[in-house]
Amino acid sequence: MFVPSITNPVGDFVREMVPRLAEYLPASIQSDTLNSIVAFLVNALICVIAVCAVNIGSAPILIYMERKVCAHVQCRLGPMRLGWHGTIQTIADVLKMLFKEVYAPSGADKLMFYLAPLIVLIAPFIVCALIPFGRDLVVADVSMGIPLIIAVNGFGVLGILLGGWSSNNKYSLLGALRSGAQMISYEISFTMILLFVVMISGSTNLMSITLGQEGTISDWWIFKIPVLGIIAFILFFISSTAEMNRAPFDIAEAEQELTGGYHTEYNGTPFAMFYLAEYIALVTNSALATTCFLGGFLPPCIGVAFVDNYLNMVPGVVWFFAKVFFMIWCYMMVRWTFVRPRVDQLMDFEWKFLLPVNLVLLIAGAAYIVVCG
Amino acid sequence: MQENITLLQYFKRYFKRCITGPWSLMCGLSVSLKYFFDPRRIVTEQYPENRKTLRMHPRYRGRLEMIEDADGNNHCTACGMCERACPNASINVLSTKNIAGKKVLGRYVYHFASCTQCGLCVEACPFGAIRMNQDFEVATTDPNTLEMILNKKEGQG
Repeated sequence: MFVPSITNPVGDFVREMVPRLAEYLPASIQSDTLNSIVAFLVNALICVIAVCAVNIGSAPILIYMERKVCAHVQCRLGPMRLGWHGTIQTIADVLKMLFKEVYAPSGADKLMFYLAPLIVLIAPFIVCALIPFGRDLVVADVSMGIPLIIAVNGFGVLGILLGGWSSNNKYSLLGALRSGAQMISYEISFTMILLFVVMISGSTNLMSITLGQEGTISDWWIFKIPVLGIIAFILFFISSTAEMNRAPFDIAEAEQELTGGYHTEYNGTPFAMFYLAEYIALVTNSALATTCFLGGFLPPCIGVAFVDNYLNMVPGVVWFFAKVFFMIWCYMMVRWTFVRPRVDQLMDFEWKFLLPVNLVLLIAGAAYIVVCG
Repeated sequence: MQENITLLQYFKRYFKRCITGPWSLMCGLSVSLKYFFDPRRIVTEQYPENRKTLRMHPRYRGRLEMIEDADGNNHCTACGMCERACPNASINVLSTKNIAGKKVLGRYVYHFASCTQCGLCVEACPFGAIRMNQDFEVATTDPNTLEMILNKKEGQG
């Protein structure tokens, strides 16, 4: 039977409770196999609910946060009317989205049109299941974590391409084609940076990557390898921004040129799903950056025993989400500061700058490991 | 777009841009960070809530009004320059004659409904007798209140 490698208090509780409840069943259908299958299914259900809760719950918070950050950068206040400082505003927006009529434009390929938002949502959900949120809080602790993330990220491109193609609209098609070119190009840098992390940590399992950074703050991968770590972090930041189609690399949407790009023709719930996918991708990419560079759920110990004791008392999940929200804040500040490059500038940047720098970084990392490791 | 430059020049430019590009981005980021962390820079007014303390900017152009002293005297000589300057005929200066037979201001009729608050009348006035005030809550349910006579006292000056 399925035996999880990570012991989790919730999972253990379920595995313990199921046989106890099964005693009330008639003796003829009681068996250990049935108990373990039921326990496994209950645990799987809990995992699915947890991933959905983290993802769908974080989207309204992030939309509210984005509007507030954007407003304060632009000398405004943002939503202030509904609830305390506009906190209920996003919930009202979501309700509005859900109750809108859903329709496809004439000439659209209906099947693909409605399939695209679902496909876009796959990637962030699967990535979220791989992220270790705490020492015993990970849904799927697979040994091939990083390759799986790289493979699954392709779904984002597929969904956007499908959505743009099936809309029967020139703006959507242009946006989708641009986005396809962009995301496939930046995928290379993204993959190479993750490869750098795998190289220095010696594992593709996200849990062991995190645990490899145990110790003080200088043991995090961003600081452990002098200079190279920080350069890798900045490159990861750039390529993941492009990966998520966020400004300044949002040429796929480009409101001013393409009136929204690939999701021009979407409204109501499918549009909300595209929006949701965008923000969940923000969470998962920040979580990935946190796991790979900022020590994941480990507290930022500074080497002084007195302070470290207090830092260690805070649960790992809190540290994890604190780091994730710091990363999200960084992404937002970048989004509302920088201007969007042209399409050719974007491609130039990837192929003439990011990729060579990445290759040099990989070689330097290998040299560091050979010389110092 | 093709320029005739040598390979050396190309690489020189490439590496120069690798330095200047991030530097300019950092400059931009520092500005938005400054704005983000300084709440005093916020210009949005929470209008109905802060109605008591709200002060309009001095350059705001509201309703036209006459500059009058406490006794209701003003500098208007009924020359009619404002009436001629008004692009949509919102001003009618009705003159009258005083006891000495001199042309003075009778009634200064102002049609607020058609006024666009452009301020050309204030610029045209040679005596500085009129100005735009800071009223902004000027909505009304009775159109008759929009026809107003600005001077309180007739036949002076």
